[in-house]
Amino acid sequence: MSAPTLIVATTLPRVGVLAACAQVLRRDLRLAVRRPTQLIQPLVFFAVVTLLFPLGYTPELGKLRAIAPGVLWVAALLASMLTLDSLFREDATDGTLEQFVVSGQPLVALLAAKTLAHWLLTGLPLTLMAPILGIALGVPTAAMPGILFALGLGSITLSLIGAMGAGLTLGVRRGGVLLSLLTLPLAVPVLVFGARATELAIAGDSLTGPLYLLGALAVLGVTLAPLAAAAAVRIGLE
Amino acid sequence: MNWTWFHRLASPPHIYRIAGTLTPWFAWPAGLLIVTALYAGLVLAPPDYQQGEGFRIIYVHAPSAWLSVMVYGVMATAAAVGLIWRMKVAHAVAASCAGIGAWFTVVSLITGMLWGKPMWGTYWVWDPRLTAQLILLFLFFGYMGLRAGIDDLGRADRASAVLAIIGVINIPIIRYSVEWWNSIHQAPSVMKMDRPSMPMDMLLPLLMMLLGFTLYFAAVLLVRLRAEILRRERSAGWLKEALR
Repeated sequence: MSAPTLIVATTLPRVGVLAACAQVLRRDLRLAVRRPTQLIQPLVFFAVVTLLFPLGYTPELGKLRAIAPGVLWVAALLASMLTLDSLFREDATDGTLEQFVVSGQPLVALLAAKTLAHWLLTGLPLTLMAPILGIALGVPTAAMPGILFALGLGSITLSLIGAMGAGLTLGVRRGGVLLSLLTLPLAVPVLVFGARATELAIAGDSLTGPLYLLGALAVLGVTLAPLAAAAAVRIGLE
Repeated sequence: MNWTWFHRLASPPHIYRIAGTLTPWFAWPAGLLIVTALYAGLVLAPPDYQQGEGFRIIYVHAPSAWLSVMVYGVMATAAAVGLIWRMKVAHAVAASCAGIGAWFTVVSLITGMLWGKPMWGTYWVWDPRLTAQLILLFLFFGYMGLRAGIDDLGRADRASAVLAIIGVINIPIIRYSVEWWNSIHQAPSVMKMDRPSMPMDMLLPLLMMLLGFTLYFAAVLLVRLRAEILRRERSAGWLKEALR
């Protein structure tokens, strides 16, 4: 496999890594805009799961406010998990990922661009939607900036963890459930710190502590997760 | 430096033979140590001044909890060796570790719950260590699920190796986060007494048990490794020779 890589790499016109990443990002965003249902489905899922709690637990806003951090985070976690299976699978079956590998560009960078696209298409919309659902759970408006910030930071890490899981399950034919089994335990720290930050925001306290920890997790994820995802994708394509 | 011993480790027939010879050398001391430590722990050691006789479950609980984490470490190390040096035997070691580690985790969870009933009055408390063990169990399940989900053996080996390494980086983070999460939600439990260092007649059986469990793990690992090699090399010529 390594020999053709070299030949292609020397004959192709050289494009900078950043330019290649920008192309990947633009392609993924354009594909998503052309198929808006895939974009909207996780958001609807997020809303439905959150709104089941008032129905299944209690409509009292005071009680809902107490469980709001957990509900919002678990629902957002599940919603972003739903979209993971399609992150690499289509590109693996139609050969796009193989083109990535033989393009002579670092696979790590291209996959990082794909992960960024995933966050822009799911993590960011979910974050922006959280305050609206928060209102339904009795969350005071003063807590909204904190919730936005925590979910925004946390969902970056969730996308990165998801990219590793999606890469690892490329070789599995029906990988949906397994993908969740692999990624959910790894997402525990994000859930813990994120829900805690949200709780503090609702209580009106300073949430810098958990936010720093969420930031640290995101930095660690940005540093290591694309490497692991690239290794996993290479194995999955063999 | 002479590296032939390292390269010989990569040869399945060699490992198959060595594992067979070594197994009793681990199994017998393990059996002796565990039986002695059980007698010392359950009969000779004095009852705890706070927990009475109930504390004795520690002689099974603590070693299995310790082993569960260590087995994950061994598994990830073997997986990394297999990934870096493309050593098939190392992948076989990692594959044999997963089941043992999952069982140690289950044993530590069950004994932890049984211990919790007299101490906390309930089988399950969201104690940080119990919770972290539960997540560790899911990590083992994920590893085994990924291995089982990929048909091609070489790909299954390498993909699960990457997962094991990701897990090993994550375990300390998960443990820390769970501890932090617990310290906010729950007042320090009764169990968190500052143990005035264990007296010798309580500690010694525990250490013996720990060593016994570790040797037991080594023995079971060797047996399972032989089975794994048999399965992987079932069409190889040397096997006919070895099994004759």
